This record gives sequence, structure tokens and C-alpha cells, in this order.
Amino acid sequence: MPVSGPSLSLHQLSRHYGALRAVDSVSLEIAAGSLVALVGLSGSGKSTLLKMINRLVEPTSGTIRIGDEAVDSIDPHVLRRRIGYVFQNIGLFPHMTIARNIAIGLELAGEKEGRNARVAELLDLVELPQDMATRMPDQLSGGQQQRVGVARALATRPGLMLMDEPFGALDPVTRDNLTGQYKALHERLGLTTIIVTHDMAEALYLADRILVMEGGRIRADATPAELLSGDVGAEAEALVAIPRAQAAHLIALGKQA
Amino acid sequence: MREDWGQALARVPELLAAHVQLSFSALLLAMVLCLPLAIWAARSPKIAAVALAAASLIQTIPGLALLALFYPLLLGVSALVGGGISAFGFLPALLALTLYALLPILRNAVTGLTGVDPAVAEAADGLGMTSWQKLRHVEAPLAAPTIMAGIRTAAVWTIGAATLSTTVGQPSLGDLIFAGLQTQNWTLVLAGCLVSAALAITVDFSLGLIERGIRERRRLWGWAGTVILAAGLAIATLPLLIARDNIVVIGAKSFSEQFILARLIGARLEDAGYAVRYRDGLGSAVVYQALAEGDIDVYVDYSGTIWTNQMRRTDSQPKAAMLDTIAEWTKASHGVTMIGALGFENSYAFAVRPQDARQKSLKTLDDLARVSSDFNFGTDVEFLERPEWRMVQDAYPIRFKDARAFSPTFMYPALASGEVDVISAFSSDGRIAANNFVVLEDSKGAVPSYEAILLLAPKRSGDDKFVAALKPLTGAITVANMREANYMVDRKDDKKTPKQAALWLDGKVKERP
Repeated sequence: MPVSGPSLSLHQLSRHYGALRAVDSVSLEIAAGSLVALVGLSGSGKSTLLKMINRLVEPTSGTIRIGDEAVDSIDPHVLRRRIGYVFQNIGLFPHMTIARNIAIGLELAGEKEGRNARVAELLDLVELPQDMATRMPDQLSGGQQQRVGVARALATRPGLMLMDEPFGALDPVTRDNLTGQYKALHERLGLTTIIVTHDMAEALYLADRILVMEGGRIRADATPAELLSGDVGAEAEALVAIPRAQAAHLIALGKQA
Repeated sequence: MREDWGQALARVPELLAAHVQLSFSALLLAMVLCLPLAIWAARSPKIAAVALAAASLIQTIPGLALLALFYPLLLGVSALVGGGISAFGFLPALLALTLYALLPILRNAVTGLTGVDPAVAEAADGLGMTSWQKLRHVEAPLAAPTIMAGIRTAAVWTIGAATLSTTVGQPSLGDLIFAGLQTQNWTLVLAGCLVSAALAITVDFSLGLIERGIRERRRLWGWAGTVILAAGLAIATLPLLIARDNIVVIGAKSFSEQFILARLIGARLEDAGYAVRYRDGLGSAVVYQALAEGDIDVYVDYSGTIWTNQMRRTDSQPKAAMLDTIAEWTKASHGVTMIGALGFENSYAFAVRPQDARQKSLKTLDDLARVSSDFNFGTDVEFLERPEWRMVQDAYPIRFKDARAFSPTFMYPALASGEVDVISAFSSDGRIAANNFVVLEDSKGAVPSYEAILLLAPKRSGDDKFVAALKPLTGAITVANMREANYMVDRKDDKKTPKQAALWLDGKVKERP
């Protein structure tokens, strides 16, 4: 499958809240088709960085380019329609059916043809049964709701997906399921994805590039393999240490048995 | 009893129609004003603070006062733009009720719009909705039940407060309540209250259905509520569609004598082939202006009232000269014709209990002044503010121990029961004679005379048939007959309606040679 997602370029990007530098002069190149995880503790600036890409937060200074287009040259609502956005609190519209929730992006764009077919296709894509289409959001479980959230974000065929702790509130089994399925989707659709998470294990499993943020800056930028082999800085090491220790413990337990 | 209810209910359709029309218009206007304002306020906390504070402030003004305030305000505006704006009737009532309805609608709309789940709002932004799309697809539908609840509250308030619009000359179910209170006709009061309560409950129920329909996304409920409301509105306002060209409107202030005289005038005009309607319960300040503007065609006022309130005179003139001066003045300044004096006077008269008059040998106001520091004074609601009271105080050294204001209905019983010791009674009131109260003589002639005079709107001055129908009433009503007629309506037992009393009085007029 050819890559359809765009590349991304951030140049000296900052966002200050008074004296607080939530994002502090970050420069970054992201290749088309990559799946990048932004990892860090709460308050490290990872969500702020992500939301500046679709202009939910306006930068204090610096520029962002998607492909070769600067995001501040595009109307925010036009820009956002070209970017898929999934976040932890999901935000399904409680007064709309699942089908209408999924198709809302098409409705906004004025696409009338083939909406139902597209909804059916997307339900398949996120592995939800077709009869969900007529239900209301409050009749779905948390995991099902977030599948709808992903389907809604994908409806208008965006090349770039921004995901802010998308599976953070789900139970481990559902979460693992969704993570694996999303990785497959990313590859199949040739997307460029940036996913914010505080869970290093998830990042190691999912991403092909991991950025570790702390204090508004990027402290480490490495592949999962490089991270696990060490030598990428203290911040990254502290985060990697947890899944590594857990894995070691599990292996030891296995041997005893 | 059954006859009472029949008479009370006969007036309901027309009053209900006016009541519904007024409440509905006020509610609609309030919604038109509030909804855009609420959208603005939901996006700017500053606007929200200012708008809600203003709406709350308006709510603290008593309904009656708010209505009364619009009268001088509109008169002023009308004068500024060179006339043409009616300060009487529908317009002031509409504006006051609209202001009253603002707060619940605005508060609920702002609450609803700002109360949308932040996650849902973030999703709307993230999907690339414009501000308008977000409002249309997300905020408005989610806020709709809350907004509807606000409209519902406003509707019930408006329907209740609309009963007060009687006082500025707008017909409403309040006409029944005010007239009933005045003549102690409790059937009339009850009818007015029950019908307006039933109206409020029906509207509340229908709007509740719509609210539930929106909240639970059941279209059927919403449509059912809408259909009930639309049908109710159509049926209730039907009487208004019936043409009412050239209907004579007869004005009356808010006491029995005025109700009776209005019916007497009405009966005469109906005999002459006119269709008539009554506007009862108008305030003293409103009624003359309404006549000058042509909102009413004819009514009875009192020479002293025109003298002091309209002409701002503080001197006293002999009766005949005073009437001539008034006739000239009303014609010259407002084009109002004085058809003539009816023949009796209804002046302010200080009345005391007979035993007090005897024991303390009270005959004149000078005698009253002597004992005034021991006396509690009961008056109607306006007397203490009127120039006549100053005139009396200038002429006699009267200083009462205490003064209390009553509606005329309760003023006479208050004197009889000893709650007060002297009252500012009306000289033609039948309850003076019925209680054997003693009227004290104004030996210095401090209070101007209060001849009942028939006043005609400018637009009727050329209508000879109209004037001819009423001319026989001038000089034809004696104070004894007027007292008798008033007492028929005011007494507790064997009460008559103003219409019955008017027929009796008409008989007395016709008996005259």
C-alpha cells in the first residue's frame, strides 16, 4: 500500500502560558507514513504540542508545516477537516446515532452521496457490528465508543491522525485489542499518525519512532529498539525502566513455573 | 349563584383571547431578544454577566410598578417623536411583560449553551465545525431541553403577570379579578383566577411535552405539545378576528360608581345602535390621556380631578365657573368635549363613626383638627399623595396620629370596626349612609368640587347621534340615586352587578319629567 499520509515539519515551536513554557522551542521532522509516539509524564507538554498541529492550541511562536503548507495559512476548520483527531474523552455527540456520529465529517463537508456505504465500511474497519449504526452513544461500552471515535476521525479519509491518549481510559484487554488493530489500520491506510501516551509499553509496542518529552522539550528521539538498548538519556531510561522491569519479572516468574 | 357564574363566564372568551394574544406576543418577543443575546453571552462571560445582571434587576421591580413605569415612559417617547405612540393598552403591557420574561429564558439559554460537555465541544472543534455549525449541530440541540424549560417558566410567569395589564388599559383576565375585588364579587375574582390558572397549567403542560420530546428525543411528544399549543392559540384568539370596527370603548376607573356609569352610558349607546365595549379599572392618571388619544371614546371623570391632576390648579373656584373653565381647557388643550355634568358630586368627604361625632361633637373639619392627634386616619391608596390632602392641611391644622391606606372596599369596614377613626370617603358612596357615618363639613371650602362630568374623545366630537344619546344623562342623576346604585353593588347581601344597578339608575333617569 502506497503511503498517502503527509510529512510534518515543526520549527522552533513554542507555547507559553504566562511564565510556564508548556512547549519550549521544539523543532522536529516527521516522515510521511510514520507512526510516532509522544511519551512523557503529565504536564510534559505532549498534548499541547499535538493540539498545535490542528490549531486547537495556537503557538506563541514557531511554525508547523504539513507537507509544504504552513498550518496558519489555512482556516482552522478547513485544516481540522483534513486531520483525524481522537482523544481520551472521545466526545461522541450524545444526541446523534452512531451512524450520524461517524458521518458527521461528511455532513459538514456537504458530501451526500454514499454516506451510508461509508458508515458501513468504517464500522467494518473498526470491527463493530453493523447494527450499531442505529444505536445511541450511551448504549455502547467505553471500548465500542472509542472505536466509533476512531471511525469518525477516519470518515473523511484524512492522511494525518492525531491521537491524544486515545485508549487511556479503557480496560487493559480492550486497550491491547484496539492498539493492535489501530497499528494494522495505520499500515493498511498508509497514514501518518502521532499518538500521545504516558504509557511507554504502549509506545514501544505501537510506534516506529518514540519522542520523549519533559518540561516542554524533546529529551529523546529514538526507535523502540534504540530505546530498549539504553544510551538515550536519563528521562527516557526512567520511562523504559518500568516495562523492562515488569518484563524481567514476568520472565523470571515463567522460569520458576 | 348560577346566574353569577353565567355573567362572569360570559366575559371570559373575549378576555381570554386578549390575555393569550398579549402573553404569547410578549413571550415571542422575549425569545426573539433572548436567544441571540444568549448565544453571544455563551461566548463572552462579560456579556453574560452584564445581560444576566440587567435581567435580574428588572425582575426585582414589582410587576405592577413595571407596567406603571411604561406609561410615562411611552408618553415621553411619543412626545419626542411627535405623537402617534399609544402609551395605553397593548404596547406598555407588551413591553413590561417582555422584560419580565427575559430572565428565565436568558438564564436557561446561557446555562444550556455553556453547559455542553467540554469533550463534546472539543470533538466538534476537532472535526472542523465552524462556530455556526457547532451551534447548530451540537450546542443548540444539547441546550434545547434547558432552553425549553426556561421558556416554560417564562410562559407561566407571563400568563400570571398579564392579569396586571388591566391597570394600563389592556384587556386581560385581570379585568375580572380587579372588577371583582372592587365590587366584592368573589365569583368574578374566582372566575378570573381559575381561568388564568387553567391557561397557565395548559401552556405549562404543552411546553412540558415539547421539552420532554426534545430531551428524550421523542418526536411524537414534541409534536403533540406543539399541536395542543397551536390549537389553543387559534381557538383562544378567534374572538379577536371578529371585526370590531366602530366599536365604542367606554372607560371606567376602578370603583363601583364608575362601573355603573359606564354601563349606563353603554346601555344608552346600544339603544342608539352602537356596539360597545368596556375598559374597566383604568388608573386616574391613565384614563384622561387614553381619552385624549382616542383609545377610549367616553368616560365619566370628576371636575376636581381634572382641575388638580390635569390642569395643575391649586386654587378653588365656585362650581359653575369651575365647570366652564374645565370645558374650555379640555377643548383647547386636547380637543376633549365635556358633554356636561351628570348632576351629582363625588368629592372627598371626611367621615367618622356616629358615636364619635356625637360624643366629641364633630361637625366640621375644624372640629376634626381639634381631635386629630388622637385619631387614626384611613384613606384610599392615592389620597395622601393628592393635592387635595395638601389643600386640607393648608386650611385646617390637622395632624393625625397615624395614617393607613386601604382599597376602598376595605376602607369602610375599617372605620366601622374601629381600626381607624376617620376616613377620606367618597361622598356618593352608598356605604356612608348604610353605616350611618357622619360626613364632616368643609366649612372653609378647601377641597374643590367633584362634579361628575361626561367627557368625549376628540374623534367623537362631530358624532351628533352619539352626543344626542348621552345628552339626556346630564343633570339627571341625583346624589341619592347614585348612592343607592353604588350601594346595590357594594353591599354584602343581595348584591347586584354594575349592569343591574345601571338599569335601575336608568329607570330613575327616565322617571324624571
